Amino acid sequence: MTMSESGERIPASLRTEAVEQLLTERGLVDPKALDKIITTYETNVGPLNGAKVIAKAWTDPQYRRSLLEDGTAAIRELGYIGAQTEHVVVVENTATSHHVVVCTLCSCYPWQLLGLPPSWYKDPAYRARIVREPRKVLSEMGLELADDVEITVHDSSSEVRWLVLPERPAGTEKLSEEQLVPLITREAMVGVAKIRAR
Amino acid sequence: MDGIADMGGTQGWGPTHPPLADEPVFGEAWEGRAFALALLSTRVAGWNLDAFRHALERLSRTEYLDDGYFGRWLNAAELVLTDSAVLAPEAVEARARNLRGQHVVEPPPSQPVRPDYKPTAEGSLRAVDAAPAFAIGERVRAKNMSRTGHSRLPRYVRGHTGVVESVQPPSVLPDTNAHFEGENPQYVYTVRFDSHELWGAEAEPFALTIEMFESYLEKIT
Repeated sequence: MTMSESGERIPASLRTEAVEQLLTERGLVDPKALDKIITTYETNVGPLNGAKVIAKAWTDPQYRRSLLEDGTAAIRELGYIGAQTEHVVVVENTATSHHVVVCTLCSCYPWQLLGLPPSWYKDPAYRARIVREPRKVLSEMGLELADDVEITVHDSSSEVRWLVLPERPAGTEKLSEEQLVPLITREAMVGVAKIRAR
Repeated sequence: MDGIADMGGTQGWGPTHPPLADEPVFGEAWEGRAFALALLSTRVAGWNLDAFRHALERLSRTEYLDDGYFGRWLNAAELVLTDSAVLAPEAVEARARNLRGQHVVEPPPSQPVRPDYKPTAEGSLRAVDAAPAFAIGERVRAKNMSRTGHSRLPRYVRGHTGVVESVQPPSVLPDTNAHFEGENPQYVYTVRFDSHELWGAEAEPFALTIEMFESYLEKIT
């Protein structure tokens, strides 16, 4: 498929163009439909959605309870349940308990909440190693956890998706929900980073 | 299946890559096209998400790894399109060569073969009549089951014992759905494993949870 008869590789960019042309000529896809999908994931669906969920949970104790009890229902309230995010379980990171999420079999990820996965999440090294040596991997990625912090790794092997509710950093007590949103990173919502007050 | 996609616990990948600030969704324009084409090709062929994931795991090591994540999606899309005869096997390569100025004869259009399959509902969640076979707190073993077809039971948990942490909503069974052999919805269990059970006495202490379809588990007798 990727190799020609002479063993020479045809670049993926060119093969992509070929597939699009062939399907378009046969009337099977519309290039505008491709544009629409690309725009959706470049601009509309991204980690900002997840950040809004987290900021609400940080500022609204009742919402926080609902989110941890029934993540799917609480997230549906904000409109972020959909393709690749049908059922969500939310777990809370604290000073003594740390959760981190992976998909070892592909790169399943809560698209509606966090957008498409970043390259580190899709990296074979992350997929292979986080389920075997999470403390070491997190340290490589810049997150040092104290020895007494209990780590739980969640391998998303089914359509259940995991979202980490990160710890609200000290020094943000006076910030409003809207002011908190930009502090919240996708890395923290997957569990490979903590959130810092700016 | 036990292909390249089943990466959990495998070694030899080198260090992980720290997150990059402001990484674009698609690093190059073709990656966005390939992503969208993969979604649309699956629909055009009349396939489903599980069948697409199975296409991904059927790729060779080269096809899976060498063009990155979106190259992998493109390769799986090509597999979907050629398997379902939406495109003839040589069609993409011939067109790609012509695009770069070679003069290659392209194969005639093929006759698509859509699978005899229709989902009973959108998405993967389904209702089932039966009660869950396993209870929260119950010790269970992941079956030692190696399939040639699609499966979501990775090698690194097979044969190991864990504890049911929660019962998740029933979902379409990927093992049969990927092959258009029925949805067979089943309960899904979040099962907690201890790192030492998975990796031995020398392992870092931690817990791991993974979702197991009901038929992947057996009772401890």
